[in-house]
Amino acid sequence: MSKPLKQIHLAAHFPGVNNTTVWSAPEAGSHIEFSSFAHFARTAERAKFDFLFLAEGLRLREQGGKIYDLDVVGRPDTFTVLAALAAVTEHLGLTGTINSTFNEPYEVARQFASLDHLSGGRAAWNVVTSWDAFTGENFRRGGFLPQEERYSRAKEFLSTANELFDSWRGDEIVADRDTGTFLSDAKAGAFVHEGRHFDIEGQFDVPRSPQGRPVIFQAGDSEEGREFAASSADAIFSRYSTLKEGQAFYTDVKARLARHGRRPEQLLILPAATFVLGDTDAEAEEHAREVRRLQVSGATAIKHLEFVWNRDLSAYDPDGPLPEIDPDLGEHTVSRGRAQVRMYRDPLATAREWRERAAVNNWSIRDLVIETGSRQAFVGSPETVARTIDHFVQADASDGFILVPHITPGGLDAFADTVVPLLQERGVYRTEYEGSTLRDHLGLAHPDAGTPADRVAS
Amino acid sequence: MSSSPSPLHLAVALDGAGWHPAAWREPVARPHDLLTAGYWAGLVTEAERGLLDFVTIEDGLGLQSSSPTGPDGRTDQVRGRLDAVLVASRVAPLTRHIGLVPTVVATHTEPFHLSKAIATLDYVSSGRAGLRVQVSARPNEAAHFGRRTFPPFRIEDYDTPATQELVTELFDEAADYVEVVRRLWDSWEDDAEIRDHATGRFVDRDKLHYIDFEGRHFNVKGPSITPRPPQGQPVVSALAHATVPYRLVARATDIGYVTPHDAAQARAVVAEIRAEQAAAGRQEDTLHVFGDLVVFLDDVPGAAAARRERLDTLAGSPYASDARIFAGTPAQLADLLQELGEAGLSGFRLRPAVAGHDLTAVTRALVPELQRRGAFRRAYEADTLRGLLGLSRPANRYATTA
Repeated sequence: MSKPLKQIHLAAHFPGVNNTTVWSAPEAGSHIEFSSFAHFARTAERAKFDFLFLAEGLRLREQGGKIYDLDVVGRPDTFTVLAALAAVTEHLGLTGTINSTFNEPYEVARQFASLDHLSGGRAAWNVVTSWDAFTGENFRRGGFLPQEERYSRAKEFLSTANELFDSWRGDEIVADRDTGTFLSDAKAGAFVHEGRHFDIEGQFDVPRSPQGRPVIFQAGDSEEGREFAASSADAIFSRYSTLKEGQAFYTDVKARLARHGRRPEQLLILPAATFVLGDTDAEAEEHAREVRRLQVSGATAIKHLEFVWNRDLSAYDPDGPLPEIDPDLGEHTVSRGRAQVRMYRDPLATAREWRERAAVNNWSIRDLVIETGSRQAFVGSPETVARTIDHFVQADASDGFILVPHITPGGLDAFADTVVPLLQERGVYRTEYEGSTLRDHLGLAHPDAGTPADRVAS
Repeated sequence: MSSSPSPLHLAVALDGAGWHPAAWREPVARPHDLLTAGYWAGLVTEAERGLLDFVTIEDGLGLQSSSPTGPDGRTDQVRGRLDAVLVASRVAPLTRHIGLVPTVVATHTEPFHLSKAIATLDYVSSGRAGLRVQVSARPNEAAHFGRRTFPPFRIEDYDTPATQELVTELFDEAADYVEVVRRLWDSWEDDAEIRDHATGRFVDRDKLHYIDFEGRHFNVKGPSITPRPPQGQPVVSALAHATVPYRLVARATDIGYVTPHDAAQARAVVAEIRAEQAAAGRQEDTLHVFGDLVVFLDDVPGAAAARRERLDTLAGSPYASDARIFAGTPAQLADLLQELGEAGLSGFRLRPAVAGHDLTAVTRALVPELQRRGAFRRAYEADTLRGLLGLSRPANRYATTA
């Protein structure tokens, strides 16, 4: 009668350039030095996590026409860091966010195939899209893409990359010294792709990598994003970390799979989740409150309100009430280079709702920003957090979580040392890695496994 | 400008199983391991054991080919390879002193991506990154990207006006590319990250700079997303065989690799590059000119030449190269390097004919021979690649003097 316990998947998001990351804490380290990445990756591997996750942004954010300076600014190149991390870890998956708008399939495919070889089968690609001309100013391609074409390009980008990954079967290198035959097939890697966005042909130069193809992540939440994930992704990096929202998202996305000829277990749902631990629940709550105040200074609160209002609100007092003036509904000009602003699809309604909530609760601007955006997903003692995570996963709010610590690089240490052993005791989390590739960790089949029909549709 | 002819600088150029097309058939070769991290880690740590300045890693945006103009369809040579920047990064944490210089193709890639990739390689290696910039006129590689087309050409037509025009355009574009890459490295001042608790500012945005590059081939706004790398400016290098690429070397690089076959040619090439360097207004900059040599090295006189002959027989034809092919003993090679050094070359990039054999001969026989002659270092004397090459850490072009 009772369903078998689901095994929990855990991963670690290297602290990013949002205000989630508390750079002002005494223990906060470098966001650039390799030692920070190595520490973080080794902790994740010690905790037997599935993978480490790196985000990406290709232009420094601006607000009010100036580079935004209140959060961490600057990060390394995704591929290059992941390749180096492969040298200091043995099992940990290496997931990189790579943009499909400001890259070309041939180059990205050779980079991911190379990373997969160099890591012994641990590469994963979080496919993101963008269209903004603001970011395009850094690229020879420029900001050429109409907004409505971004998913069309992303889908074709991914399917083209898959054609390149699949252009080698994996048995072509025979290297027979006696006969002098290195390749069994002169046409290895041959491909022709004619499409709306890419018209390319030739021979791919990276032979098939251990995983065949990298594991594919998708993070978009729009209708198109969900369909893209249901058709083409192995895992979703979602933002719904509460029980109810998580279950709604999980049900919605898993239900889409059948239409694409796929089974529920072929797409993992992994929300991002912040957390704060303490010896007791009360202590953790107290600490979490302090962390939120550090994450949302008065200045930060005003800037966040500007995402919705699309106006200069610098004259407002963060400890005072919300602006009576309505958001500017024109083209978004105040904040640039930030995906977050697109979450507010109806700024007037958001402003109205926020004013009401602030009035009812007697919240200042800063209180409002903290309460609406910065509540940690998991707060409590290790026992409470372990129990809650397990409950969420068993209740199908997710298949696991991508944890987002607020301290670099040590923000994962306590979780690894205290929560992970409790999950292991509960029998819902691995005590040793069982396989060597990221596909193994995630329970995903190799693309060559089974019948050709089992291959992910491309 | 550095004028001391000694000690010499030494690099090795790593490419698959080695530069001879039949290298993979040698018993010492590991042809099934060429796509593994362990293989590359082994080569680079061996080079570091020999105290070499750096390794370069060959790359391209298409399958290897014996033809300079396109694919050759051959199956008797090594085909298939890994991205060189990622190979360099993968071995960086496993090494401590040796410079890592991957090949990058300017023609089809984004200078913004490449700039942050090499900056990151510099962070990952604590100041040992460089790049070797290359152009590609191969129509088949252009077709992999589908964004531009190049007319097919035959190597015999290299000197025709149409081909020369294309080559000049590609090298001009590469010069712009390097300029963008370099400006992006400087787009953050060294002390831009301030973490000012009082004002809540993580960076001083007055120390972040738009590069506002506008060129014939592309425009790039900046700043980089990656802070200024440890070396400030990682080392830029290029291989050059003629006036147009010599000009790129003189205008944009720290090291040019050239292919003279004797001391007289070396003198002439160096003179031409120095003249271009002066014309570019860079007389004050250290610009190394390294000689490229393919090497077969054996202690026993005659053994290297016999090995070369044996490999040529296996390959079905004598191996030809743009660079001089040396087959001899470590002492004979040391003689040649010193002679070419006196002709004005400040270092050498040796291309091991068989990686598993000739790299080891370089590190374990040539290097001790040069050390005995006082011509090569006995220990690493610097922590960065720039330091090994005698290049100071450059001032940031955007920094205003206090």
